[in-house]
Amino acid sequence: MTAQHDAGLQLREITKKFGTFVANDAVSLDVQPGEIHCLLGENGAGKSTLMNVLYGLLQPDGGQIILDGEELHVENPRQAMAAGIGMVHQHFMLVEVFTVAENLILGREGGPVLNLEKARAKVTELAGRYNLPVDPDARIEDLPVGIQQRVEILKALANDAKYLVFDEPTAVLTPQEIDELMIVMQKLRDDGKGIVFITHKLREVRAIADRITVLRRGKIVGSAEPGTSESELAELMVGRAVDLRIAKPEAKVGQIRLSVKGLTVANPAGAVVVDGLDFEVASGEILCIAGVQGNGQSELADALLGNAQVTSGTVTLDGVDVTHSNPRQTIAAGLGFVPEDRQHDGYVANFTVAENLVLNRFTTQPFSKGLALDLKAIADNATDLVERYDIRTESITKLASQLSGGNAQKLVLARELSRDLALLVASQPTRGVDVGAIEFLHKRIVAERDTGAAVVIVSTELEEVEALADRVLVMYRGKAVGIVSPETPRDVLGLMMAGVPYEEALANSKAAATGKDN
Amino acid sequence: MSSTTSRPAFLAYLSQYWREWAITGAAMVLALLLGAILMVVADPEVSANFAYLFTAPQLALGGAWAKVAGAYSALVAGAVGSPEALAHTSAKAAPLICAGLGVGLGFRAGLFNIGAQGQAIMGSIVAAYIGFTFQLPYGLHLLVAIIGGVAAGALWGGVVGWLKAKTGAHEVIVTIMMNYIAAGLLAWLLTTAAFMRPGRMDPISPEVQPTSALPGIYQQFHLGFLVAILAAAAVWWLLERSTTGFAIRAVGLNPNAAATAGMSVAATTTITMTFAGALAGLAGVQAALGPSANGVPVPLTVGLVGTVGFDAITVALLGRSRPLGIVLAGLLFGGLSAGGLAMQSVAQTPLTLTMVLQALVVLFVAAPALVQTLVPILKERKSKKVAMAGGEA
Repeated sequence: MTAQHDAGLQLREITKKFGTFVANDAVSLDVQPGEIHCLLGENGAGKSTLMNVLYGLLQPDGGQIILDGEELHVENPRQAMAAGIGMVHQHFMLVEVFTVAENLILGREGGPVLNLEKARAKVTELAGRYNLPVDPDARIEDLPVGIQQRVEILKALANDAKYLVFDEPTAVLTPQEIDELMIVMQKLRDDGKGIVFITHKLREVRAIADRITVLRRGKIVGSAEPGTSESELAELMVGRAVDLRIAKPEAKVGQIRLSVKGLTVANPAGAVVVDGLDFEVASGEILCIAGVQGNGQSELADALLGNAQVTSGTVTLDGVDVTHSNPRQTIAAGLGFVPEDRQHDGYVANFTVAENLVLNRFTTQPFSKGLALDLKAIADNATDLVERYDIRTESITKLASQLSGGNAQKLVLARELSRDLALLVASQPTRGVDVGAIEFLHKRIVAERDTGAAVVIVSTELEEVEALADRVLVMYRGKAVGIVSPETPRDVLGLMMAGVPYEEALANSKAAATGKDN
Repeated sequence: MSSTTSRPAFLAYLSQYWREWAITGAAMVLALLLGAILMVVADPEVSANFAYLFTAPQLALGGAWAKVAGAYSALVAGAVGSPEALAHTSAKAAPLICAGLGVGLGFRAGLFNIGAQGQAIMGSIVAAYIGFTFQLPYGLHLLVAIIGGVAAGALWGGVVGWLKAKTGAHEVIVTIMMNYIAAGLLAWLLTTAAFMRPGRMDPISPEVQPTSALPGIYQQFHLGFLVAILAAAAVWWLLERSTTGFAIRAVGLNPNAAATAGMSVAATTTITMTFAGALAGLAGVQAALGPSANGVPVPLTVGLVGTVGFDAITVALLGRSRPLGIVLAGLLFGGLSAGGLAMQSVAQTPLTLTMVLQALVVLFVAAPALVQTLVPILKERKSKKVAMAGGEA
């Protein structure tokens, strides 16, 4: 690992501290031209910190960066780009109302007069060279997410990047788009680019990595061969053996608790985002809503909470019509709600852990007496939940903003599950959560199902859908493509997520399988 | 490398707390320094001597010192130098505290209440009207006048909250307009028979009945100051101990999470603006019913409340929107205001200098980074530069 090479990008003993917290502790990593080096680690392990140091977004407290044998000082992304380092961000850095070509020359206008013609030619040239077809005149906001990512890649390539960093690039893609991205990455590698691929998804690592380095709590804990099994990789990542698939007892399905009929929801702009959805969820069963992000799942969840504009259809919970109830009423009717974006909707960052744990119950017994809060009851509740849900915090009076992602999610789930629920609606319940915490959260959700609640899980991760679902509803453009069993093959689910009906998807996938055999 | 890893959390908290106070203190010192420079520059007699700075430095520096020392000692004496000065300061501080609470409460709910001025004007109109029109016994008359003024302010603020909740109208724009309306309303009312003083043609109301005046305790130190302190305590209880305050703070910090948890952002906005208006209305009541230097309240005129609603914004900012902070900031500004008058009469320094001082204090407090640059000891200890240099060597 410390071998001296002239070519290649090396990070040597990078140390980065935030106050007393050591995000990177003497981390060394190198990537050679023509290889894909996977950086694997849980959220909060320090992967993004390391890459931000490399990209000039953070200044290290120690260590050095060596590029092709020479020490490199990067103080800002512009210098990193000039040195031939490109970054494909998890959250795209594109101007949505600009075209592809306009985004490409952004920051490189080179004078007061825009030369769009040149930019257009550059897009076509790069797209042809790397087989990344994209229309230079298309507006970013009109493009699917997978193509937007392609534009991000093209942007990096337009800078003549020799080394590319992909920061969790698959989080927003369909399984098919992920496959396409893998092919693109392999092509770039064969073209001589050095690629750092950051992820916490074990399957992808095994599929594409030439080398694997595992980061845990800011330190390199080891490297692995591409052939290493998923459970071995998970153990390296977390530091202990983990169940990737929790043991889930058979569902004891009771009577129907949630019934959704012809539900149609419009977004604030007036566009129909949930289009005539019908489904039922019974006591003791988990229905997973699968689909690529942005196909109406978030709006469906908001509609169940009472926070979206329902234009037609009905939602019935335990026989009571809650179609037009507001969140206060649906929560009172027994809805537990885990929002998709916990930081945005799930908790108040500048409230204490204790305050956040009663965020939707502070007006009820025993947390209030008349107009006054009962601070003791609130503190007791927090002490109890922090222990039961293993929320790692120095004290219940610490601000929620100081919790790690996984612990913040535990806080939200602890609050929601500590009530008697008729229905639990959880969106992306384990997004950005460590493998270890995922196991814990999944167990809690199944336990809630087994107490007789109806459970609706919205997830874009097929692993999660397979682990939790008793039935799977696939959504595409606001409509239900179908309701299928969780044993449905992955590629069939993937095709359904792209809008292909079940029978057709099944036939397609069988044809593809026979095609491979021949 | 990491010798400070196990530093106890409460020490970190204390140091954070200390730093906030220290920054405020440093801001005041910096403001006074800049004020001193202004004084010297603005006085032609003193600044002329700086032409001889190198030939006769004692003339220039001595003159400057005498000027600055004289002015600031008059300022301090006028603010806290005697029981009378303290009473004067309390009288100036009382309306600032009330209106500052109104603005600060809005801040806590994420609302920028620029309308304290209009709300205070409405409070003063109704309190004064009840004061000079009604004939009621001692105690009851005052109570009715206070309630009337507070209700008027609450209405004036509540309308803004209601408009925002129902239609999304931005509170900054609406409150500014409501300020104009209130000021115009007062100017018009003072031309009507109901408000004009018999026998006078200029816009001034009759004096309020003694039964409705806020009773003085010692000189200008009157019941209104105690009411302001009580209001601060009530706001503290509301914010920190009540369910309504919990919702106000939650909506202020993260309205999305508050709405997702079932709180009504619209209702909270309306309630907050109503309370905020009530507090600013109380400031108007203080202006209308509080005794002036001659022991009786000043009659209602267009300028009665002065700029209390705008000063309240600076008070709330300096007090960091916390009730105790607002009381202290109100006392500081009250002191500057009382002392400024003394400074003007004793040291012949224009009253406007105190306004510049107030503005500078708030400016420095609002820009902690600037204060930290000017006074480097206040900087938060960041990751060691030494370690970085060592690592790169």
